[in-house]
Amino acid sequence: MSDAGRLWVYLAASPLLWLAMTLLAYAIADRLSLAAKRHPLVNPVLIAVAALSAMLWASGTPYAIYFEGAQFVHFLLGPATVALAIPLHRNWYVVRRAIVPILAALGAGSLTAVISAVGIAWAFGAPYDVLASLAPKSVTAAIAMGISEGLGGNPSLTAALVITTGVIGAIMVTPMMNAMGLTDYRARGFAAGVASHGIGTARAFQVDPVAGTFAGIALGLNGLITALIVPALLAWLR
Amino acid sequence: MIEAILILLGCQLVGETLTRGFGLPVPGPVFGMALLFAALQVRARLRPDAPGVESLPLGAVATFLLANLSLLFVPAGAGITSHAATLSEHGVGLIAALVLSTAVTLAVTALVFVKVASLGSRGDAP
Repeated sequence: MSDAGRLWVYLAASPLLWLAMTLLAYAIADRLSLAAKRHPLVNPVLIAVAALSAMLWASGTPYAIYFEGAQFVHFLLGPATVALAIPLHRNWYVVRRAIVPILAALGAGSLTAVISAVGIAWAFGAPYDVLASLAPKSVTAAIAMGISEGLGGNPSLTAALVITTGVIGAIMVTPMMNAMGLTDYRARGFAAGVASHGIGTARAFQVDPVAGTFAGIALGLNGLITALIVPALLAWLR
Repeated sequence: MIEAILILLGCQLVGETLTRGFGLPVPGPVFGMALLFAALQVRARLRPDAPGVESLPLGAVATFLLANLSLLFVPAGAGITSHAATLSEHGVGLIAALVLSTAVTLAVTALVFVKVASLGSRGDAP
């Protein structure tokens, strides 16, 4: 075996390579996003995912091998979710005054997210297992996968739909809210969190700290309420 | 710094244990967030002159994690390619459902928030 071949065998078996590549792809994507003055279309998640997918495809690396390295980054999603308590605590005086609009927007947004997604896909003739995988698409991946699995969906398809929804929402939220003339960062952030979970929340924190805080609250509450309403709504379709 | 990381992991661990133990429909980290939030509120009540959480290592770790939240979704995102077959089989319907549903959800959520907020603040507007 050649030296290059031996080197590849070592790198392919160690988490080092794909952990480094994940950080590299994101570092470049984030630079591009910054250079584009955080333009919504230059979304760092989208660019980094596209770059990594191309690398995996070109090197013939299976996703499971990639994930052995990338899992160290993926793991931080849990502690980062816990860390949302800190901006919530710091901005509590703003949040406390908005409890009524928060609950009203949560109910309306949660129902809209589930019913519109399932309704449109059903109209296009998607089978039940795809509908069950799609229904929780607006909530954070861990909850969405649990809901989908419990209803006979495909959890890993759900994860793909959840991430895609997140990127779509993160790209759409700023131009849409501007076009609608909505300047209330509490409402804009909350909508980003309800429609597109953590990726929408990441976008909201890029724009404004109050928007980020409200997105974080929306992410947590929507996960909870969606876990309760999706099984009830899907029972009609079975 | 170690203690700050331990606080975050500890809240997540308690959250995971309780939600799994009692079969609650909340994910462990979200329960952990509620727990840490409650602890911070209690701390602010008991010691009103203590330095704010933003000046503690916990604040610094949280700021670091949340400033790079986008990065944490990249590993899961790279898995989308393994679903290319299903996504293209139901392609048009699924893409239409994702794009339209996300747009409608953003609009409805933000509009309801703004409308209800304006009803509530009518009396005490400056």
